[in-house]
Amino acid sequence: MRLMMGNEACVEGAIAAGMRFFAGYPITPSTEVAEKASERLPEVGGKFIQMEDEIAGMAACIGGSIAGQKSMTATSGPGFSLKMENIGYAAMAEIPCVIINVMRSGPSTGLPTSPSQADVMQARWGTHGDHPTIALAPSSVREAYDVTIRAFNLAEKYRMPVMVLMDEIIGHLREGVDLPEKPEVEILDRKNPDCDPADFRAYEVPEGDIVPLMPGFGDGYRYNITGLIHDDTGFPTNSNIVAGKLCERLMKKIEDNADDIAQYEITDAENCDVLVLTYGGTARTVTAARKAAPDSGFRMGMFRCVTIWPFPEEALRACVRDNNIKHVIVAELNYGQIALEAERILKNDAKVWHIGKIDGDILYPNEILNKISEVIKHG
Amino acid sequence: MHMELRLSGSGGQGLILAGVIMAEAALIDGKNAVQSQSYGPEARGGASRAEVIISDQEIDFIKVQSADMLLCLTQTAYDRYGKEPAAVLIVDDSIELKYPEPVKVVRVPILETALKQIGRPMVANIVALGVVNATLKLVSRESLAQAVLGRVPKGTEELNSRALDCGYELVG
Repeated sequence: MRLMMGNEACVEGAIAAGMRFFAGYPITPSTEVAEKASERLPEVGGKFIQMEDEIAGMAACIGGSIAGQKSMTATSGPGFSLKMENIGYAAMAEIPCVIINVMRSGPSTGLPTSPSQADVMQARWGTHGDHPTIALAPSSVREAYDVTIRAFNLAEKYRMPVMVLMDEIIGHLREGVDLPEKPEVEILDRKNPDCDPADFRAYEVPEGDIVPLMPGFGDGYRYNITGLIHDDTGFPTNSNIVAGKLCERLMKKIEDNADDIAQYEITDAENCDVLVLTYGGTARTVTAARKAAPDSGFRMGMFRCVTIWPFPEEALRACVRDNNIKHVIVAELNYGQIALEAERILKNDAKVWHIGKIDGDILYPNEILNKISEVIKHG
Repeated sequence: MHMELRLSGSGGQGLILAGVIMAEAALIDGKNAVQSQSYGPEARGGASRAEVIISDQEIDFIKVQSADMLLCLTQTAYDRYGKEPAAVLIVDDSIELKYPEPVKVVRVPILETALKQIGRPMVANIVALGVVNATLKLVSRESLAQAVLGRVPKGTEELNSRALDCGYELVG
């Protein structure tokens, strides 16, 4: 058992998943990710680069992955904004990589040392155009390790950028963890082509595969990479037919596999008076409230998302229907971002309420309990 | 056992490190511990506060809700954090108390001890840890000493061990 910070656990998870390249630009409250990566990567034969800014950090991260190394960058709100253009590029060019975003209070440079969960919609829609998004949010230091491994696995499996939405609460939290010597899950790697390089079509999806095969630059397979709409060879085209097919394939590879990506935890939902939907660091507050709820005379269920995007909507709907839940409170450190999602998903099933904060402070268990009392009284 | 602690002082005094050491000592003792902090954008100065929760149970909520102990090393930190009630208040004797005092107040020369007995003001955080543990007996003395040695820079082990002992002696 050793005391470890959430940000450090991300790096340990990344290295266990095979990360051998990190490029970034330090920013509070994510700095310890870069710091730890700079210390740990040379020990395992990897490379760390501090770039001139966040944009370059994202670009180098994409480059490292194209060259065949599992790559990661880390940032917080202002840097996350800067990375958006290149995140879209990675989505379009199907480059696996991992972005750790330790959410702090915004907008703009906001409160640099204070927690927030207000980047969840930015993670989904921050880069322009219709594109798939995978985002995961851990609620403990140990889970930061597990989720980062999973982020790399999903990035490799679906060939796309995957975001780990840390928040300052978990990023800067130190708690005791026992990390396994070897990862407890299978580590997934992108599939490389083995055909004659002359026959290689960079963006053709082989029968039975979800995504195209990906060689490393320098492996002998020459191909074009672009942010433009491209055909199977990787070269740009203006064809509406090709554009429609490509964009749909990008969306479908995630939509069709949402169940594989969805991860969530349901606790005490049977016969509960109110279900609280939450994620990330706020789940710690909600858990404390859930355990105290019987003393306040009611029973509270918890639905905790680990996967934020694609949102585990089937699971949430089923949980609410199966348990005949009439009130769902979304607890999150923002003005109601996932609450919007919950309203959409549960519009025929339950009334959705919201409790949040945008002042840089966190939610406290008694605030959750008071909200539940209010909902029961007036709901 | 469930103890919630706040360690406050000026940024740069090493209160977060003190919190980390206390949490590590608790882990050595086989207890659960979490450590978190609140601080401003300054690297030095300002008021800095570390929080530690030590418990036999799983720790869900990570922040202190009702402090069992508040440590203040500077007047600024006391002025800012002293208002919130704590069961035990441990302060440097340079601090003027102005808020309603809790049942137990330990007012000892932590900063002066670091400066005069050790000759290094920077070990005040370790002196403070000795005072805190001598007062509250949160962790075993051996575990705390081991945790201190695990975290301080190489070459300062002897200095810091003495600082810890001086802290214990201040409480007697």
